[in-house]
Amino acid sequence: MATSTFPKKPPSPTNAYVVAHVDPTASTQAYLPEIFKGLGVAMKHFFKNTKEMVRGERPDPVLESIAQGVTTISYPEQKRPYPERFRGLHRLTQRDDGSPRCVACLCCSTACPAQCIFIEAGEYPEGDPRRGYERHPVKFVIDELRCIFCGYCVEACPCDAIRMDTGLHAVPYDSREQFIYRKDLLLAAAGRDGSHETANPRHEPGDASHPGVTRQHITH
Amino acid sequence: MTPIDSTQWILPTVIKIAIMIGFLINVAALLTWLDRRQSAMMQDRIGPNRAVLKIGKFELRVAGLLHTAADGLKFFFKEDFVPPNADKLLFGLAPILAMMPVLALVAVIPMGDTVFPHLLWRHTDHGWVFPAISRLGVEAGRFGGHAIELAVAPLSSGILFIFALAGQGIVGAAIAGWSSDNKFSLMGALRAASQMVSYEVTIGLSLAGAFMLYGTVRLDDMVRWQGENCWGIFAQPAAFFLFFASAVAESKRIPFDLPEAESELVSGYFTEYSGMKFGMFYFAEYMEVVTSSMLLVTIFLGGWQLPFFHRDGITIAVGDWVVVHQVIPHIWMSIVGVVVFFGKVLAVCVFQAFVRWSLPRFRYDQLMKLGWRVLLPLSLGNLFVTGCVILALDKPSVDLAAGLKVAADLSQLAVALVITIFVLRGIVGFSSPARRSRWIVGTSAEFADARGGTETGPMQA
Repeated sequence: MATSTFPKKPPSPTNAYVVAHVDPTASTQAYLPEIFKGLGVAMKHFFKNTKEMVRGERPDPVLESIAQGVTTISYPEQKRPYPERFRGLHRLTQRDDGSPRCVACLCCSTACPAQCIFIEAGEYPEGDPRRGYERHPVKFVIDELRCIFCGYCVEACPCDAIRMDTGLHAVPYDSREQFIYRKDLLLAAAGRDGSHETANPRHEPGDASHPGVTRQHITH
Repeated sequence: MTPIDSTQWILPTVIKIAIMIGFLINVAALLTWLDRRQSAMMQDRIGPNRAVLKIGKFELRVAGLLHTAADGLKFFFKEDFVPPNADKLLFGLAPILAMMPVLALVAVIPMGDTVFPHLLWRHTDHGWVFPAISRLGVEAGRFGGHAIELAVAPLSSGILFIFALAGQGIVGAAIAGWSSDNKFSLMGALRAASQMVSYEVTIGLSLAGAFMLYGTVRLDDMVRWQGENCWGIFAQPAAFFLFFASAVAESKRIPFDLPEAESELVSGYFTEYSGMKFGMFYFAEYMEVVTSSMLLVTIFLGGWQLPFFHRDGITIAVGDWVVVHQVIPHIWMSIVGVVVFFGKVLAVCVFQAFVRWSLPRFRYDQLMKLGWRVLLPLSLGNLFVTGCVILALDKPSVDLAAGLKVAADLSQLAVALVITIFVLRGIVGFSSPARRSRWIVGTSAEFADARGGTETGPMQA
């Protein structure tokens, strides 16, 4: 570095390039030919876009976004789908019988740096095969205003019970109360593909596929 | 003096005023919409389209036209603010002074050829008859009726009246800037006044060439000359561009909008105005676009004339070689003339909007340099050349006169061809399907593709 300037110049973006200086020619000095060139470009865009608007053939704002034409997304009516790995609003996945997969282990609320998850764990009633084996959430509350959408809860969950794959963003509401998402709301939310389950299979205790130790094997 | 039969002129005049002012005001309102939508189309945007009129379940949007109505309503209900130290009288007077000359200007502009009411239709024993009239000459005296000239005030001073009024618009701007008690306004007013002085000269000199050639200052006679010979844009091409540039400068539009340059002077001379007073300035600007388009059409683009359409019908002829001669009733030719005039005015308005959205604003010194060192010498040169040519062709030989006639007819043929090609190209272009190129990159686009394209819900809000 031969010269150093103060304050330091920010690095130029990678797509920046130096525009070559154009020497004035007779046509640029005369001004009129360049005006007509510019008008021609403007008219080309105008007639093409007007035709497409009148015929209702606007380019698809997402699929043909690089195409020439009006590729504006009219937001509330048209939405660009969020990418696959976008962390949106939470949902609680369901078992086959519609109950939450959550076993109220409190891993997510422990992992949550914003402490926005509250879980009240409950035991299954006497006689249920799951009693003593796992618990269920009596209350499962997420404060979406506190949530920082870091995704740690999803990482922490051992049962694939909480997911952030709804593809929806947090919505503006009128009151803080409306941002408190409770168990029924979280269970009702569906994933991108519209399902309430996950692709990962769940092995209920007692199933032949269950890999772990079940109560039947314990003989003490 | 013969007693004036009031029924003969009051009703036609009222109708003419209604048509002319109605067109002016409605088209000016349309232009505010056109400016937004056209610029959007030019810049690959959608433009305003959300103003809605809800009648029960029915929603009326009309491609964003209601934004104009919403703007008008807003103007009426906004606070009418007057700066505490402003000159109250002049502050209120300025918008009126800006608007009135524009309205008065259209009085002399002819929107069609002279109409002879008694020759429009006749009831005979055989039923209704729609007679045709001769191509030249005055029919009024010959058939004992009177003639209606399709200009509100067909003044003999014609274009001189326009010169007198065109410069008046700036008085409103100057007074507005002075009375506002605001430095930005004052700067805008100064710029407006000096710009007006610079470009008024070019307007006058460029038109002087035109009326030397036409041999009249009456606007309707100018249009008749263009119908019989060639359009002014062919006879005076340099004057056309000079007049166009200075007309844009007179209406204070980009690239000459220094008096109201947003990036430099907030909004120039009407910074302090609000509500309907601002609306009047805003509206006057758009009306000036319409009136300058009318002038341009009348003086350079053949007014109500179409190539080969004459008062007696369609005559396609080059020199002495007549291809088609079709006599058409007077009533149809009158209607065609009026429709053609207003159609041409609309086309020029659209073109002015193209200019406005394509060019950047001049710097102030560039504006003055262009006015005094380019346009003024050019218009003087144009005047000189025109004078020389007129002198040289004062008493042309028979061959030369015939040659000029053929050249004039060829120019008419060229205009007819260009219009036909434009229309055909438009039809072909409109009916051809759009070319598409899909770029499905990333999961966002894949999700949209899986659903068969981006979904569009009903328009909200």
